[in-house]
Amino acid sequence: MSVAAGTRAALRQPAPPSFASKIKNFLRIDGWGALVLPLLVFLILVFILPLFVMLQKSFTDPTFGWQNYTAIFAQSVYVKVLGNTFLTAAIVTAVTLLLAFPYAYLMTLATPKWRTVMLVLVLVPFWTSILVRSFALVLLLRDTGVLNSLAQDAGLIAEPVTIIRTMSGVVIGMVQVALPFAVLPIYATMRTIDRRLLQAAEGLGDRPSGAFLRIFVPLSLPGVAAAILLTFVQALGYYITPALLGGPKNTMIGELIVQQVSTVLRFGFAAALATMLLVTTFLLIGLASKYFDLQKHLMGQS
Amino acid sequence: MTKSQETQYESSGAPIRISGISKTYKELTVLDSVDLDIRGGEFLTLLGASGSGKSTLLNILAGFVKPSGGTIEVDGVDVSRLPPHKRGLGMVFQHYALFPHMSVAENVAYPLKRLGVPKAEIIRRVGEALDMVDLGRMANRKPTEISGGQQQRVALARAIVFRPRVLLMDEPLGALDKMLREQLQLEIRKLHKDIGITFVFVTHDQDEALTMSDRIALLKDGQIVQLGTPEELYNAPSCRYAAEFVGVSNIFQGSIKNSAFIDGQHAREFKLPLGHAKEGTGLMIRPEHMRVSPAGQITNTIHDQIGATVEDCIYLGSSRTVQARTDAGALLIARTEVPRSPDGIHAGAQIQMHWEAADARVLA
Amino acid sequence: MNRILARTALILLAAIIGLYLLLPVLVVVPMSLSSSSFLTFPPKELSLRWYQQLLDDPSWGRSAFASLKVALLSATVSVILGTLAALALVRGRFPFRNAVTAVLLAPLIVPYVIVGLAVYIAFLNLGLTETTLGFVLVHTCLGVPYVMINVSTGLVSVDRRLEMASMNLGAGPVSTFFRITLPLILPSVLAGALFAFITSWDEVVTAIFLSGPDMTTMPVKMWSGIRVQVDPAVAAVSSLSLLVIISTFLLMGAVKMIRKMIDRRASLTMNEGI
Ligand SMILES: Nc1ncnc2c1ncn2[C@@H]1O[C@H](COP(=O)(O)OP(=O)(O)OP(=O)(O)O)[C@@H](O)[C@H]1O
Ligand SMILES: [Mg+2]
Repeated sequence: MSVAAGTRAALRQPAPPSFASKIKNFLRIDGWGALVLPLLVFLILVFILPLFVMLQKSFTDPTFGWQNYTAIFAQSVYVKVLGNTFLTAAIVTAVTLLLAFPYAYLMTLATPKWRTVMLVLVLVPFWTSILVRSFALVLLLRDTGVLNSLAQDAGLIAEPVTIIRTMSGVVIGMVQVALPFAVLPIYATMRTIDRRLLQAAEGLGDRPSGAFLRIFVPLSLPGVAAAILLTFVQALGYYITPALLGGPKNTMIGELIVQQVSTVLRFGFAAALATMLLVTTFLLIGLASKYFDLQKHLMGQS
Repeated sequence: MTKSQETQYESSGAPIRISGISKTYKELTVLDSVDLDIRGGEFLTLLGASGSGKSTLLNILAGFVKPSGGTIEVDGVDVSRLPPHKRGLGMVFQHYALFPHMSVAENVAYPLKRLGVPKAEIIRRVGEALDMVDLGRMANRKPTEISGGQQQRVALARAIVFRPRVLLMDEPLGALDKMLREQLQLEIRKLHKDIGITFVFVTHDQDEALTMSDRIALLKDGQIVQLGTPEELYNAPSCRYAAEFVGVSNIFQGSIKNSAFIDGQHAREFKLPLGHAKEGTGLMIRPEHMRVSPAGQITNTIHDQIGATVEDCIYLGSSRTVQARTDAGALLIARTEVPRSPDGIHAGAQIQMHWEAADARVLA
Repeated sequence: MNRILARTALILLAAIIGLYLLLPVLVVVPMSLSSSSFLTFPPKELSLRWYQQLLDDPSWGRSAFASLKVALLSATVSVILGTLAALALVRGRFPFRNAVTAVLLAPLIVPYVIVGLAVYIAFLNLGLTETTLGFVLVHTCLGVPYVMINVSTGLVSVDRRLEMASMNLGAGPVSTFFRITLPLILPSVLAGALFAFITSWDEVVTAIFLSGPDMTTMPVKMWSGIRVQVDPAVAAVSSLSLLVIISTFLLMGAVKMIRKMIDRRASLTMNEGI
């Protein structure tokens, strides 16, 4: 009887609000909501405004116009850097995914104790500086480094294998940095998959590997998509790792930006490069957020 | 409770006047111009089904919800515009809302500290309040380290320790099991007698409302449909909703014509009690006033009666409930004391159900 | 049989990945103890030579102090601004919610190289490069989303009725926040503070843009120490930096254990009482 009563109460409507009051209602901010203002103003002044100053610089330095943007595509050196940036980011993303997926999958299978160990392993590098890790990789991988000398001492190789200042060096370094960002969203999705679905598929006559491919993998795709996006977008903007582990041939856009500012003081050109990177980043994020709740993945990162 | 403590807590309860209180959320009207005068020192219960607006009304009293219209006066003073912390009304929340990071004693001391009561007096009054609810030895526990019933008592102690003149309670016993709930009902009732302040109590449990209250305000769809003592609500429900919500009832639908009740469904005419209303849509007979006799057996001819088939016969120890269906399909319930229950009443049996006109009630 | 094989391969792969994640973190410690200036491994003989060099060179101490100052200040500002914003996000009502949230989370997405360049261009005219204020402003942007995310998560789980109870018992909104809400979300606030601190302490990319002779943070000094050729002292700094972070984690673990122990004792006393 109270159900019917509820709907009857709902039918007693006040008069529809006017357009002006609708606007006023939309713009309303309460006491709690006002607390967002200090940070919002802070970020607009310190973070957003400089980005616009940079944008403006890309069109006005040294003279007004598109010349900084046309300059990027006029010289093959710079086009190569752009191509290399996307290529490296793509390779890094692929390798990261190949490692992160089985790792996250094993995390879902492991006993709670081992799962914690695996989680800590992922999180420790997360909290040690990229600089320290990249530096350590240099020490490990360089011609006179730990791995080469150990392998030589063991007689596995005659000559040291050169990794530093090559694409493999860059990829090894960047994948190490990117792994945590890929493992966490994939694991978060896999954890929610009901394992009985796999048993059900096997019960219906599918082979275990078939059930895995046809049931588990598709269900884990949202996490995989988030991982791909985060990894790729981050990889586009890396500076430290490629600068330390790569050679002149592996220059990425981040390094080019720093070079242009610190060595030749071409602010406008650097700003144009940065603007292009920024727009690409936002486009990718915007595109992806159409398909899944990115805010949730960002918020869930901690 | 000792005599000295009693005088400590003695204070007169403040009367509350609720006038024209409304509340709408977007399209939804939750309270529809509610008027209610609560007497100083009385135990008033807001009773109603889930979603009827009880909590909303209580939260408007406490100041947590802004009414869309109307005023609240406590002791003749308009408090409608005061924030909650300036209203000085005690409140016990659903699920207690004890501060988990403070001990029991710190919880109870909290309102006293906000009032700036001197430290020595805080210690004394917290001790008293905890003794009053029998929790003196739990003072240093954290809320998570005591049982649900004990948490409930702490919430009570915390709500009265600063001697408010009104205590508001929103389903304070909802989370407890039946036994504990009945015990605490008695304790709260006694507390009310002892400290004499105004209690406004919210529940959707009619038994609880009948046991505890001086008066009950029955809410439906954000309106008060009946206000009265438990006896009045039970014996003279104002409408079908009140009759069905409070207690079990047999209701015949129809209308009044020529000082008789015309039951459309059964095409029958029933007598009306003396002093009945001129208008009505239903006639109610409580199960305890409904008698049963095997069909054909001569019964009291003054009684109104109707034939029915027994569907179920439930033995309850001190009483027996008979459920029977009339030929027109209405389900009737009679409660008879066991020794008086005549033979020949069993599932499938044809019976006559009958009642005295004086026990029937006309529903608006 | 197949399944066991697959499992074994999987575990092997995970072990290699684990090593890959951990090795670069751990290898700097033994190497920093090498006496050779080529940082050979395994070290031929152990020495504290590079640690000694850190002490002897005052510029390391200066940059460490600068970093500490910036990290502490920016973590503090982040905590204040981030907690307020989290309160607004969880409790409040304000227009353009999605756009505002996007701005608040943007520092997590914009590559640090871009942030560095943008603030460098903007700060140059304002004279904010190579100043503590400049660093704190930028690092606060980078650290504040972590505070906001942590505190929001904590706030969501706070029972609103506790705050209502507090106000009913005579505490105003501000008093209620400091006595009830803040103690309840304190763990999240502290976690956010730690995130913000470490973000600033480790941050090198924007710092490269803002550093100069007048002010250089430690990561930037390390950067210039390995950019061209390997300065062995950097291995010592890295090891020390690791030590700080590992001990922070151990400390947090210890605090958690102690709390658990107290909880267990409490539940024992509760059972006695019943
Ligand atoms: N903040 C709100 N926004 C929109 N609707 C609300 C809000 N608070 C309450 N309501 C609606 O108001 C109506 C009355 O709610 P209220 O909590 O007062 O009911 P109640 O009588 O206390 O019910 P219960 O016995 O379930 O506690 C419900 O329909 C509820 O959905
Ligand atoms: Mg309620």
